[in-house]
Amino acid sequence: MTWSEMQPLLSQACWDTLYMVGWSTLIAIVGGLPLGVLLVLTDKGGLLQNTVLNKVIGQIVNVARSMPFIILMVALMGFTRWITGTTIGREAAIVPLAIGAIPFFARLVETAVREVDGGLVEAVQAMGGNTWTVVRKVLVPESLPSLISSATTTVVALIGYSAMAGTVGAGGLGDIAIRYGYQRFETGLMWITVAILAVVISVIQFAGDYAARGLHRRGGRSGSAPKLRFLRTETTSVGDTPAAIPAQATEADRAPAAEVTKVP
Amino acid sequence: MITTSGLTKVYRSRGREVTALDGVDLHVREGEVYGVIGQSGAGKSSLIRCVNLLERPTAGTVTVAGQDLTALAGRGPRAGKALREARSRIGMVFQHFNLLSSRTVQDNVELPLEILGVSGKERSRKALELLDLVGLSDKAKAYPAQLSGGQKQRVGIARALAGDPKVLLSDEATSALDPETTRSILQLLRDLNQQLGLTVLLITHEMDVVKSICDSAALMEKGRIIESGTVSELLATPGSELAAALFPVSGDATGDDRTVVDVTFHGESATQPVISQLSRTYNIDISILGAAMDTVAGKQVGRMRIELPGRYEDNVVPIGFLREQGLQIDVQGQEPVLLKEGAK
Ligand SMILES: Nc1ncnc2c1ncn2[C@@H]1O[C@H](COP(=O)(O)OP(=O)(O)OP(=O)(O)O)[C@@H](O)[C@H]1O
Ligand SMILES: [Mg+2]
Repeated sequence: MTWSEMQPLLSQACWDTLYMVGWSTLIAIVGGLPLGVLLVLTDKGGLLQNTVLNKVIGQIVNVARSMPFIILMVALMGFTRWITGTTIGREAAIVPLAIGAIPFFARLVETAVREVDGGLVEAVQAMGGNTWTVVRKVLVPESLPSLISSATTTVVALIGYSAMAGTVGAGGLGDIAIRYGYQRFETGLMWITVAILAVVISVIQFAGDYAARGLHRRGGRSGSAPKLRFLRTETTSVGDTPAAIPAQATEADRAPAAEVTKVP
Repeated sequence: MITTSGLTKVYRSRGREVTALDGVDLHVREGEVYGVIGQSGAGKSSLIRCVNLLERPTAGTVTVAGQDLTALAGRGPRAGKALREARSRIGMVFQHFNLLSSRTVQDNVELPLEILGVSGKERSRKALELLDLVGLSDKAKAYPAQLSGGQKQRVGIARALAGDPKVLLSDEATSALDPETTRSILQLLRDLNQQLGLTVLLITHEMDVVKSICDSAALMEKGRIIESGTVSELLATPGSELAAALFPVSGDATGDDRTVVDVTFHGESATQPVISQLSRTYNIDISILGAAMDTVAGKQVGRMRIELPGRYEDNVVPIGFLREQGLQIDVQGQEPVLLKEGAK
């Protein structure tokens, strides 16, 4: 196979993967964020404490999460047909991808939101804020760096799932790997696919970490932020006065200390 | 301004019951700084959290600025609109500041105004004005992580004042700060109390806090208020634990057959040469075991621990003489009740 033969195949596959992963990520965030927040709010001692609802949501999320994706995809075929009118193709793949990713993201959201200091919730309540205010002004913004990391993890997981979606004729990079790499022994194409995936995943992970890290730095909670030393020294040395480098360093050194005072 | 009556809070967790508040009657007058002091676990935090109903009292009522908050609270666990409105007029300051790390200092101060639905322009005007009031106008655009503890607490105070409250609640606002910063924060609270006529209810476990800014104080123990009153009332109460703690004098008796007497001077009595009069009139030798002058709640108070030869029974007459001079006398090792009777 020559490059001119591979090129249209690959670009179509990349586009398909992007399309599936993009839409299902969007749906996973829209669905998983409220679900994750609700898991925290309805928990014992939460603002909307409701043990029954909490147990029900928790159970559904657990089952959906532990379901192997390929089985979920087959099991959801009826539902997929009802939504999209078909069970094959990109659109049809988005349904099981999104439904698999919602509980996945919801659990990550739950963990992130649980980390928010209860004192902040209390402060907003003492100002006269209601539950919705607490969610909007405290829980989501305060956990935003973790939420971004969670979203990154979800995107990467979805890229993995989307490869399996290739088996229902949805196209994408996974489809290439199976149809050409496995069935026709096109090793060259296979390795190019692997390389593309590696690059895509790295870029997404890097961008996610960078965004989360930026927010962390602003909030001064550098403790659990991903380390990006290489990038940091680079950005500080570009177009800035030399004096800015030590200043930056001291700020970063001070941040963990500031966190210590916050923890009772 | 703040009145609680029969306030009771029982925590139930895993079948166990903890009575954190056991019938607390508290009365905080308008415009005063009222300190509640007590040991860890005495129920101080429970008390202050019950005042704005962050914690639902099990029984009893809370009235703030003439409004019965317990009646507003309703049955359900969630705060209704009326209670939330009432809360927005009560400022609260926290030990660990509780500032949102995702917002700048100014945005933190604007938060209560956002909740109140104040327009953007008005919000930033008010926030900057408050930051100026607490001396942090240059930090408006900084993030909380870039501030020192004292600066964070100033932001906390500015935020608490955003809703123009009449009442400020402070739960150990200075406990996470060093002594120097503590002093400056207390001074700020005092200034706000005087400039804005703000009523302040503060919780602390440090006597110095009460001593430096409180007009009144209460001592809590095991969920009850066991002593309360204005600081001068307390100092004038024989056997008052709070008074003794506010103004300690030390020194032990040098022998068994001695009587140790604490003499407290207020205002004018401080200028009388009572000790030498006593010595001359009764021809007894008096040793001074310890003495101190201090300013408590803005008033000069002196305290002296003296030792008279002989047992209490032998010294009834000289002690009577001291009382006649308008001094407050506490005889060590004697029940305060006895003393009170003796005083009359
Ligand atoms: N949410 C809760 N659930 C169960 N018990 C509680 C709860 N909050 C407080 N208590 C108990 O109530 C009692 C009083 O607690 P509180 O926090 O009011 O004391 P405090 O005087 O503020 O102490 P400290 O000086 O340590 O802050 C303690 O025995 C505590 O264990
Ligand atoms: Mg406490």
